Amino acid sequence: MSDPIDGVFAALADPTRRAILARLATGEATAGELAGGFPISPQAVSKHLNVLEAAGLIVRTRQAQFRRCRIAAGPLRDVATWIEQYRRLWEERYDALDGYLATYQQQQREQQP
Amino acid sequence: MSITVTTPTERTIVITRSFAAPRELVFAAHTQPEHVCEWWGRGNPLDVTLDFTVGGKWRYVEHADGQEHAFRGEFREIDPPAGFTWTFEYEPMPGHVAVERYEFTEDGGRTTVTCTATFDSQEDRDGMLQSGMETGAEQSYRALDDYLVKLS
Repeated sequence: MSDPIDGVFAALADPTRRAILARLATGEATAGELAGGFPISPQAVSKHLNVLEAAGLIVRTRQAQFRRCRIAAGPLRDVATWIEQYRRLWEERYDALDGYLATYQQQQREQQP
Repeated sequence: MSITVTTPTERTIVITRSFAAPRELVFAAHTQPEHVCEWWGRGNPLDVTLDFTVGGKWRYVEHADGQEHAFRGEFREIDPPAGFTWTFEYEPMPGHVAVERYEFTEDGGRTTVTCTATFDSQEDRDGMLQSGMETGAEQSYRALDDYLVKLS
């Protein structure tokens, strides 16, 4: 994957995968436990887990005969950081515009006879 | 009133914000130099050069912390007061160009701006972010929290 962040976005583009991540954000689970929470086949859940793992969004570990899945915060944090930086930039810019528009319209009203 | 940020695709980011002002004024605030210099710099002094015609160039220089940050591009579409499209480039990262479409809608005296930015690559997005924004680890973790809440 030449661009890890692109892989994260691609993985997050699917609603079932987002739901799986949301479930894993509350704690580890086995593939079987995850499959029980979704109206799709265990095979389909397994495919989604493969995509999430390839994107670095989850880590799978083996305990006894069970493979447990847990969320891996790193790549998700990169994406969230990028979005957060962009949001902050535009929040500052548009807060400034909001203040400017209020002042400008007030001045216009005061200049009315 | 705060902004809303969504990422409908991996190379697209959409910002929405509404303002208590008529559409014509909000459009003008984005496209007339005497308005732009009052807010686009987020409180920092801003030099604005702007030729508001299709194919016309624009260049903004933001002065912050003793440094100059220069941005430039050209207008692609102009449709007042409904919207305009321009290209956006951070000069220290030449060749990494985003296309930004601004749309303005008015409802009940409030105007909503929707800006859709489309990037060619991750480098283009990074170039956008090197334009003066730094985020510490604490904010990163807060962002992660926010993002996870949004996912669930």
